[in-house]
Amino acid sequence: MLHHSLHLALTVGRTATPEAVQFWILAPLATLAALGILLVKKAVHSALLMAWVMVTLAIFYIAQDALFLGIVQIVVYTGAVMMLFLFILMLVGVDSSESFVENVKGQRIPSIIAAVGLGGLIVSLLGRATVGSPAVGLAAANVDGNVQGLAKLLFTQYVWAFEVVSALLITAALGAMVLAHSQKVRSPFAQRDLAIARFRKSSLGEAAGLPASGVYARHNAVDVPALLPDGSPAPTSVSQTLRARGDIITSSGFALEHIEEQED
Amino acid sequence: MTTTTLIGEDPGWLILVKGLFIFVFCVVCTLMAVWGERRIVARMQMRLGPNRVGKFGLLQSLADGVKLALKEDLIPAAADKIVFIIAPIISATTCFMAFAVIPFTGKVTLFGHKTAMQLTDLPVSVLYILAIASIGVYGIVLAGWSSGSTYPLLGGLRSSAQVISYEVAMGLSLVAVFIYSGSMSTSEIVAAQHQWWFAVVLFPSFVIYVISMVGETNRAPFDLAEAEGELVGGFHTEYSSLKFALFFLAEYVNIVAVSALATTLFMGGYHALPGLTFTESWLGGWFTLFWFVGKVVAFFFLFVWLRGTLPRLRYDQFMKFGWKVLIPTSLIWILVLATLRVMSQRAVSRLVVFGFSIGVVLLVVLVTTLYDRSVVKAKAAATLPEVPAPNFPVPALPGQNALQGIALEITETADAIELENHNG
Repeated sequence: MLHHSLHLALTVGRTATPEAVQFWILAPLATLAALGILLVKKAVHSALLMAWVMVTLAIFYIAQDALFLGIVQIVVYTGAVMMLFLFILMLVGVDSSESFVENVKGQRIPSIIAAVGLGGLIVSLLGRATVGSPAVGLAAANVDGNVQGLAKLLFTQYVWAFEVVSALLITAALGAMVLAHSQKVRSPFAQRDLAIARFRKSSLGEAAGLPASGVYARHNAVDVPALLPDGSPAPTSVSQTLRARGDIITSSGFALEHIEEQED
Repeated sequence: MTTTTLIGEDPGWLILVKGLFIFVFCVVCTLMAVWGERRIVARMQMRLGPNRVGKFGLLQSLADGVKLALKEDLIPAAADKIVFIIAPIISATTCFMAFAVIPFTGKVTLFGHKTAMQLTDLPVSVLYILAIASIGVYGIVLAGWSSGSTYPLLGGLRSSAQVISYEVAMGLSLVAVFIYSGSMSTSEIVAAQHQWWFAVVLFPSFVIYVISMVGETNRAPFDLAEAEGELVGGFHTEYSSLKFALFFLAEYVNIVAVSALATTLFMGGYHALPGLTFTESWLGGWFTLFWFVGKVVAFFFLFVWLRGTLPRLRYDQFMKFGWKVLIPTSLIWILVLATLRVMSQRAVSRLVVFGFSIGVVLLVVLVTTLYDRSVVKAKAAATLPEVPAPNFPVPALPGQNALQGIALEITETADAIELENHNG
């Protein structure tokens, strides 16, 4: 009874017209975004448009009284799956755009045919199921509330299919982990190990860390070695990467000229 | 009549009024929160904090806001312009949306209409909040990416990884609430707490939620995305002026939102403190707003207190804590809770329930003891490598006699002198 009233509250004031208005505003936007996925240059932009398409789909679901499905669509697809996509895109290459070089020779034509065929199949299937046969039974399906109805189906009639799919997904995730896993050759040096190692050296010269870079008072930059008390540059004060690249400015240019005069 | 049906009968203008109320509430909360945080942290650090603009410095945030708006609005040359502008808008709009399903008061009369101060209610309200939060992450990620420089990218990745991981723990802690109240609608969850708050009944879930809400909002001690020493300002390093102000607003509105959700789900929402239930009918029911805001402010104080007390965690420790401690703990807790729930629904005898509870406690004690022992053993087994003693006096290492080192050195020096004499 309570859930029934909840459901009633949701449908109060909703007629076909607002839904139609909502559809004619969002559907063209979704279609445009879907086209944009294919046409924009940057991968991140297509991922964003994809996220937008998913959000509009969720709004459609909600308008069709599939409230739970709509919300879950946002949580799972927009929130988790698309976010992972974005992550990978950003880590792999921020500005990488698609290359149109064919890696596998002669795969373009067969793949276009296959794609069109699959699309046609889906459209014809959906068309046969929906066109000319109005949807019935929504009220009956939602009689105990949308969530409860879904839960009942998922955990009674479709429990086997549900479990099989979840097992398949877990297997896929495990497989990906096994494939991506590499045996470590040596144990990783953690911060603690490095600290211990520094104090266990025969000299404690570097126990407090390597000297900071920069020639103080005259010039201060990461690519200039610090000066030792005798005036000679300290090579360990410049980062290993810069040293390897040879991007080091000699500190002799910043030395005081009349240092001897003062000493005399 | 339930709250949901009551809200369902709201005329259009009332819905607008409520929306305006939520917006004003959030903005005022942000202004007060910034001032309050600075004052409280200052007090904890033996300072005064802002006390010049207005009485007690109350208008300081307003002055800062005006100053921020008048700053130059920079867009870096390397930035992706459109996304750079969209990102703060996503952040700032999504943070307000969560409030749509938060019940601020019980049944009240507003301009002659009987209603409740809640914009709308869904059968899946709490999931809706999670969905909105997951869209809000886009603001952070896109800000980090579109800035076109390294620190924002790292900060954006860090904070989105953080928000996503802690959202899992948060979602799992909410499952216990769903199981116990039998609903995902906020008003029904509040109604289910009129006797016992879920913070008491579902204490482990409450603790997990409170920890993960701090992680989810990127606040100290989990503010790794803005670790000044490592990442400058994190994802908003390149932002200035009003765009930065939007991120700032979003951060504080998010804090208020998670606090409001904690209040709604665990602290009885707008219900009065135990023993003061008679106050709920004061001012025609509007006094419940006082209780709600009071609880939210208490949570906000907790946020500030944590910030003033705890140092920042290291990133790997933080992620380890989320994935290896919070998530498994909440999974086990849900398992136990679901079993207990089914037992109570099937009216199983008290003895069985009691036996089950004792069994779970014993199992937990057993497993943790075994784990502790293995850690102790592993520590004992790990031996430090032998190294030659340093050639000048140093403080003794653990397990080493300080005098031994010096004695060794003296004999070595003596040997060396002798050798030199011999050679000479």
